[in-house]
Amino acid sequence: MNFDWNVAWHSVPALLDGLLTALLSIAIGYPLAIALGLLLVFPQRSARPWIRIPVRVVVEFIRSTPLLVQLFFLFYVLPAFGVELSAFATGAIGLGLHYATYTSEVFRAGIESVPTGQWDAATALNLSTTRTWWSVVLPQAIPKVLPPLGNYAIAMFKDTPQLTAITVLEVLSAARAEGAQTFRYLEAITMAGLLYLLVSLVLAWLARRVEQRYATTRGIA
Amino acid sequence: MFGAAAMTTMLGLPIPLWQRLADGLAVTLQLTVFGALLAAVFAFLAGFARISRLRLVRGIAFGYTEAFRGLPALVVLFWLVFALPSLGWQLDPLAASVIAVALNIGAYGAEVVRSALAAIPPGQWDAATAVNLSRGQTLRMVILPQAVVTMIPSLSNLLIELLKATALVSLVYVQDLTFQGQIVRAATGKTAAVFLGLLLGYGLIALVLSGLMRALEHAAGKWAGRVVNS
Repeated sequence: MNFDWNVAWHSVPALLDGLLTALLSIAIGYPLAIALGLLLVFPQRSARPWIRIPVRVVVEFIRSTPLLVQLFFLFYVLPAFGVELSAFATGAIGLGLHYATYTSEVFRAGIESVPTGQWDAATALNLSTTRTWWSVVLPQAIPKVLPPLGNYAIAMFKDTPQLTAITVLEVLSAARAEGAQTFRYLEAITMAGLLYLLVSLVLAWLARRVEQRYATTRGIA
Repeated sequence: MFGAAAMTTMLGLPIPLWQRLADGLAVTLQLTVFGALLAAVFAFLAGFARISRLRLVRGIAFGYTEAFRGLPALVVLFWLVFALPSLGWQLDPLAASVIAVALNIGAYGAEVVRSALAAIPPGQWDAATAVNLSRGQTLRMVILPQAVVTMIPSLSNLLIELLKATALVSLVYVQDLTFQGQIVRAATGKTAAVFLGLLLGYGLIALVLSGLMRALEHAAGKWAGRVVNS
């Protein structure tokens, strides 16, 4: 069997529909990962071991177990506790939860990369806590966290095909449906792969742009 | 489906279902070990190729890393299992699984290898030239021993990512731990317990793997010290 470009082009509209769903899931999941990741930093930096250790264990646990099984868990177990979410919402939340454990690690490293002398200096200048974070710590931490955060946005996008397992109609689901209809999986899955590759490259380019822009404005200021 | 009264159970789960989970665990471990070995081959081949003096070799390695870091592992797996047969190549699902995860993790590993090689100070290359070592000797005796030590923490993270990626194979009907977990869930209806158990199982494997990698890092540190000092 040869690759048939006609069949391949025919599958594109359905794949683009799927892509829209995948990007929407990122649009919800990524801000969730950022917010939750930031929130998870503070208990992990706590001086009290009974706060720090359990949170670290849970973060480490979520990070080292498969997203797919976590998605199944959310998809099948939440309804049993009366939480009825759509497959799409479950998928977006699952992605957000999983990647929050990665982003929190990035934030933690970024904050810890600011030398302790900077904190001491802020204290010596009698700066308030808010002022210390806003004017001293964050401006030094943010350029360090942007590249890994960009990479995790791309990584999250590349995990969206797993949402097919919980019936979300994203790109891979669309490719499977197209393949089942025409009995030609070759074209549909190949086109899906090319689409993922294209979007990943575009996202990588965007991430570099954001990094560069931030680096230059900081240089001027 | 299962005569619970007549059957011996353990923690409320019939023994045959435990047997299924054990079989699944064996498949997951096999996928992890063979996937890691093949991924290491891809990573070192492509990582070294990236510093080759031949432009073509560098280009091929660059193409490989860029392509497979941009492609989701699940899509590569589906392509190998569902699309490749129409081109006349029918792979065994287990082989396709090992290849798919290895291609993906290998591409990330190649970046780790490349950057570890690039991080060795140029003075080391100059010094090796000064004592008349060939390029091959320099790589083997000077560069690699130092680079390997710095690679191991990143490779250790990638090994955990590989373990997690093996769960994807359940979607192409390879009977790994996740697949068997689904069967047990369907048979017992104990959804929360089964999936939590699966996650704990993966978490435990990850813990053992990172422990092993830490031991390896320690050993490599000693080995590199010896090579460099001798």
